[in-house]
Amino acid sequence: MAKTHVSTRINGQDAEFLCSPEQSLLEVLRDTLQLTGTKEGCSTGDCGACSVLVDGTLVCSCLMFAAEAEGHEVTTIEGIASGSDLHPLQQKFLDHAALQCGVCTPGFIVASKALLDEDPDPSEESIRYWLAGNLCRCTGYDKVVRAVQDAAAELRS
Amino acid sequence: MTDAAEFKYVGTRPVRPDGVDKVTGRAAFGADFTLPGMLHGLVLRSPHAHARIKSVDLSGALEIEGVFAAVSGADFPEVEDTGEMGGEGGGSIKDLSDNCMARGKALYHGHAVAAVAANSLAKARAALAAIKVDYEVLAPVMDLDAAMAEDAPLINEELMTQGLAEPATKPSNIASRMVMGRGDVAKGFEGADIVLEETYYTPTVHQGYIEPHACLATVNEGGQATIWCCTQGPFEVRSYSAAVCGMSIGSIRVIPSEIGGGFGGKTTVYLEPVAIMLSQKAGRPVKMIMSREEVFRATGPASAARSTIKIGAMRDGTITAMSARMHYEAGAYPGGPVPMGCMSVFAAYNVPNLAMEGFDVLVNKPKVAAYRAPGAPQAMFASESMIDELAKALDIDPIDLRLKNAANEGDSAPYGPTWDAIGLKACLEAAKAHPNYRLALNEGQGRGLAVGFWFNIGFQSSAEVHVNEDGTVTVIEGNPDIGGSRASMAIMAAEELGIPYENIRVQIADTENAGYTMVTGGSRTTFATGMAVVEAARDVIGQAKARVAKLWQVDAEMVEWSDGHAVPKPGMNVDQKPMSFAEIAAKTAPSGPLLGKASLNARGAGPGFSVNVCDVEVDRRTGKVDVLRFTAIQDAGRAIHPSYVEGQLQGGAVQGIGWALNEEYVYDADGVQQNAGFLDYRVPVASDMPMIDTVIIEVPNDAHPYGVRGVGETPIVAPLAATANAVANATDVRIRDLPMSPPNVLAALDAD
Repeated sequence: MAKTHVSTRINGQDAEFLCSPEQSLLEVLRDTLQLTGTKEGCSTGDCGACSVLVDGTLVCSCLMFAAEAEGHEVTTIEGIASGSDLHPLQQKFLDHAALQCGVCTPGFIVASKALLDEDPDPSEESIRYWLAGNLCRCTGYDKVVRAVQDAAAELRS
Repeated sequence: MTDAAEFKYVGTRPVRPDGVDKVTGRAAFGADFTLPGMLHGLVLRSPHAHARIKSVDLSGALEIEGVFAAVSGADFPEVEDTGEMGGEGGGSIKDLSDNCMARGKALYHGHAVAAVAANSLAKARAALAAIKVDYEVLAPVMDLDAAMAEDAPLINEELMTQGLAEPATKPSNIASRMVMGRGDVAKGFEGADIVLEETYYTPTVHQGYIEPHACLATVNEGGQATIWCCTQGPFEVRSYSAAVCGMSIGSIRVIPSEIGGGFGGKTTVYLEPVAIMLSQKAGRPVKMIMSREEVFRATGPASAARSTIKIGAMRDGTITAMSARMHYEAGAYPGGPVPMGCMSVFAAYNVPNLAMEGFDVLVNKPKVAAYRAPGAPQAMFASESMIDELAKALDIDPIDLRLKNAANEGDSAPYGPTWDAIGLKACLEAAKAHPNYRLALNEGQGRGLAVGFWFNIGFQSSAEVHVNEDGTVTVIEGNPDIGGSRASMAIMAAEELGIPYENIRVQIADTENAGYTMVTGGSRTTFATGMAVVEAARDVIGQAKARVAKLWQVDAEMVEWSDGHAVPKPGMNVDQKPMSFAEIAAKTAPSGPLLGKASLNARGAGPGFSVNVCDVEVDRRTGKVDVLRFTAIQDAGRAIHPSYVEGQLQGGAVQGIGWALNEEYVYDADGVQQNAGFLDYRVPVASDMPMIDTVIIEVPNDAHPYGVRGVGETPIVAPLAATANAVANATDVRIRDLPMSPPNVLAALDAD
């Protein structure tokens, strides 16, 4: 089947790619564009490891066709830091030891950024419900929640 | 043992050396590697839980353009049944080979029966559809009762039960029986004021690591193979793959990627030998990634287990005797964690009369893999629930009852050795003193407590310490970093060398660049590989001092190492200025680079005890259990990086709560798992959990230079019973079958 040409912006840069109609955005990000920071944990939208932002909205990239990215702005984990400066969320995840194996971490940071963009002062309960779509099997979530709280405080100051 | 206050780096909380790569997406995990000309490999899996494979016809697959290779069991060499695999997983290499690719029979739904490699995933999928397998479908045995029934269909027609009092006369699904104990339990029960006996059940659960198994293998025309994969044990992947593929160990190089969780489930091989065989046939690199569904259906899981516990005690709480009869599901091949279950079930108590009996039972489910303290959560869910029932029957505080019987230094462990200094009583006292233990509870709420235990292991590890020209240091070791171990290695190296933590990089090397190092498992990494790093650092210091002594033209004992410098020994009247690594390296270049090495077999892993306190609220209308508060207390020996020790306690607590409340494999009558995805196999999510409070107890283990005990596995042992005991306290209804999911809790409340 003929491939579709897609024009989009990824992490602030114009990007073009060819994809088959059945390919997910996750597959194209990882296999075509070599943006392997976005992880595949289930491909059914249950684990959140593939979280990206599309026009600022949190999306499981495994549940979106790559062709649907046409004309939209995609942000992946590779686009969260600015230049050589880590985003406060990234720094706080490090400071709080909010990762153990680290495979869910890109998804958590992208999802947390979407939360803080929308609500700069979320309660612990808001953080826990917002991140309920991101599975972590290592940390028990305690240090993750604390890192997000601390990053929110820093971003507010 | 040095006092904690004297440490400069041990006990601090620096950012982990691999941290930045893991928060920016740079870190490369199992599925993140590619090679030019790479093919995509997929596995054809049995649609039947139990079936004879009459024939496999690969020809249709090979006719498809773009399909480069197809293999089935017939392509794999016959492997001799050469005993145990070693590591944390039980079983034989022959069974491992059959588990990677079925021969003769498919033993569970999802068992690999063929595999293909093609130049696109779409073509690989088409190739799988073109393979013809002729099955004779057999009746599956899906639980302990069905497997042990008199007329049960046999999973392995030649399996004779080992370890019976009288040798078995006919095959059965019971692979083995083991008995242990001491004293005279009959007498112990006879003399008791109270005797209780109950049976407890835990279902099949999965490790649930977020990263599916993945590998990339390439075999060249000379028969040399290179594998990139996510594994807890690159050296085990090497030896297992060599055995399954009929290759020499030296012809396989395993390059471990970053690893996205394992919990024991990545200590064996599934894909790697298949990828090697496909690459060999295709003459191209082959990449294989499991789907989440494949992970559930064909890897892990942990044994379902049923345990009957009998306990006798005096009115004052003194336990006179305990017995356990435990059945563990092994899955399709022998090797469930029966020995560890028998040894751990009563490890927390000093009781004169003990009897443990364990059975390893085959069922048509995936062969079980190690899961964090394999065997102990099932066993201690039973024994720690029973202790709670005894406390209630005797009206004694559950901590006081445990303190009265708790094992202490000098007592004999139920499995033989004498306990060295252990932290059980310290953990119990800490629980008693913790403010969370005194908080008032409301109507419908309850508090439960349980003890956890794990042996921890040591064994073989290697490490190198390389001093760079500018005095910075590279540590080379072979344990994949699954939870921050690079940080603990760097901290110990910094402490030894006296140089800043930031000046040390820790490299997890592949099987040809690190000395042999056993799996990241058994809670051994910071203990055993940490010991090797300390020893290698001391080797470097010894060499550096010798060189400086030569330079200063003094005896070696006149040079000391202090704060990262060679210094004249005080009072020795040597008129020299301190020299740093950088200066020593520069001035002694003719002697060659400074390189320290260690290879060792670490003895004296200190066992880890924990106490968990869990507060729950039970909704009597829905049966839903909410965890309100959870306190995890554990003896770490010494916390090298306390944040990552806390992380182990918190993560283990939540995994254990998931086991207690929700997780289970659900099968239909044909033996097909009905919940092979994260939507229906529900692991705890952030909104299910409260913060997890931690207390680190430090009873140093004298076998380790800094007093380290393993900490990774013990945390999952106590939460099952702690949660069940809390539910019983909240409802006055004792639930002995996990999970305590809403329908099960409702049914138990209704039955009351």
